[in-house]
Amino acid sequence: MSIRTEPLIGVTRAQPRRRPASLAAWLDREPVFSWLMMTAPILFLAAFVGYPFVYGILLSLQDRPVAHVGTFVGLKNFARDFNDPIFWRVAINTFVYTGVATLLKMVGGLALAVAMNQNFRMKNLVRAVLLLPFIVPTVLSTVAWMWMLDPAFSIFNWFLIALGMPKPGPSWLGNPTLAMASIIVINTWRGLPFYGITLLAGLQTVPPELYEAATIDGASGWQRFRYVTLPLLQPIILIVTLFSVIFTFADFQLVYVLTHGGPQNATQLFATYAFDIGMGAGQLGLGASVALTMLPALALLILALTLYMRRQ
Amino acid sequence: MVTGHTRLEQAVRVWLPVGFFLLLALFPFYWMAITSVKPNAELYNRNMMPLLVHNPTLKHYVGLLTETSFLLWTWNTLLVAVISTAISLVLGTMLAYPLARMRFAGAGLIAMTVAAIYLVPQPLLFLPLADVINRLDLGNTLTAVILTYPTMLVPFCAWLLIGYFKTVPKELEEAARIDGASRFQTMRRVFLPLCTPGFISAGIFAFTLSQNEFLYALIFLTKSSVRTVPVGVIAELIRGDVFYGGQLMAGALLGSIPVALIYSFFVEHYVAGLTSGSVKA
Repeated sequence: MSIRTEPLIGVTRAQPRRRPASLAAWLDREPVFSWLMMTAPILFLAAFVGYPFVYGILLSLQDRPVAHVGTFVGLKNFARDFNDPIFWRVAINTFVYTGVATLLKMVGGLALAVAMNQNFRMKNLVRAVLLLPFIVPTVLSTVAWMWMLDPAFSIFNWFLIALGMPKPGPSWLGNPTLAMASIIVINTWRGLPFYGITLLAGLQTVPPELYEAATIDGASGWQRFRYVTLPLLQPIILIVTLFSVIFTFADFQLVYVLTHGGPQNATQLFATYAFDIGMGAGQLGLGASVALTMLPALALLILALTLYMRRQ
Repeated sequence: MVTGHTRLEQAVRVWLPVGFFLLLALFPFYWMAITSVKPNAELYNRNMMPLLVHNPTLKHYVGLLTETSFLLWTWNTLLVAVISTAISLVLGTMLAYPLARMRFAGAGLIAMTVAAIYLVPQPLLFLPLADVINRLDLGNTLTAVILTYPTMLVPFCAWLLIGYFKTVPKELEEAARIDGASRFQTMRRVFLPLCTPGFISAGIFAFTLSQNEFLYALIFLTKSSVRTVPVGVIAELIRGDVFYGGQLMAGALLGSIPVALIYSFFVEHYVAGLTSGSVKA
């Protein structure tokens, strides 16, 4: 099948003049063509991702109030972060938020996938509808949740009070523990369809013969799930989880809209805290240092995921 | 009798869990919709059963469209989403085609870097980017977000398109090359027209991601006239006084409709793109 094509082109193009022909041949060499093709996107990414990334590291080493010239202070910003009790609160919050939400999404997503992996009418419609929380802009759906959790007009409190709870009912976003639980639930609500539908696609690739064989061998429903389904889904579960951990760990919008990190920093995450310091208080350098403390964990996760996807 | 019983059992087995997930997924949207058509007298009466509306009204929608800049925000959002999606598809293709089809030194490194950039979350970059945008004097212009959204969308489109390009058979390209077409002609005239489904998937994703974007828009767009829907809704519809719930929910619902519409037209492409990343990889 592999026919050498270069000489042919050389012959057809060589007739009028020699130099353009060799230029055309040069342009058609795989490395030349590839690098020329990729120049524009690479320059774009270098200017708007590479440069800001390096510049962010430089910023974190400066005392740089907004609209002022920065002065180099070495690692002072990081030292200040590590001596800041709120910073540690933020670190714990971020890990709790990421850990619990990821676990809920994984378990709920598996349940959703298994529930959807049955034959029933309107399955494609149901699947499309179930993905809505994932595709609707997060800020807008979070606003609906904000209203559902409103201190005065919460729908949940209306039911709790109707069931006999004394007024005014729980303060979902005013109580530190409930506020953390609320943002975890809403993050789960939004991310669960992504898990569920991706895992469903994985489930559908499991050959039915495997289940039949397991059933003949006397495996119960749970055993079929545990010893057939789960091992085959493992690669997909791993990829989806790494994905979701990265973006939950660096989440911003949900918390910014719902609680602004409050009450008393109980829901403050790295991203919202960096925003408060950098944008709110105008301390660009210190804010950049807070954002950069996410880097080691994120770099590990990103490296793991890219290596894993490459190996696949 | 027996078959009737098992069919009922079957229906329960399917619809009990599926119904639960549907209720969970849809309730916030129901709540948005019902709140947006409630008159204030019902909205702020804590003794009324809140799940139903007795005298529906479009007052909040009228208020939203006449008293706020909502329509302008919608226009801004669509404009930004369309332009940044187009830029990202073009630049993404320019990365994806060589990475999917050519053999050259450094291809592996570039592919890994593109994947890694796709996974870098915005909060890591927003402070230095804000400074860059300021120095370019682009604050409060739509150009600021049109330039910055592709930082997430280009790697994303490239990555999705690499996967799609690899599934396209090579024979047609080889035939074109034998016929004397240059690599560029082969790509443009022969290969790319075969890839429409891949472009639709990547395009829808990029479009929904730009509609969803909040952090850059929040930082770069502080004037009402240049805001996008998410930022406008948060910055201007949440007000100090109590009686803003109806308009806020109307804004949230109307703001979700463009994305939901596009999504409903191309849902199969969307799902294919969503699951290809992890399942096919």
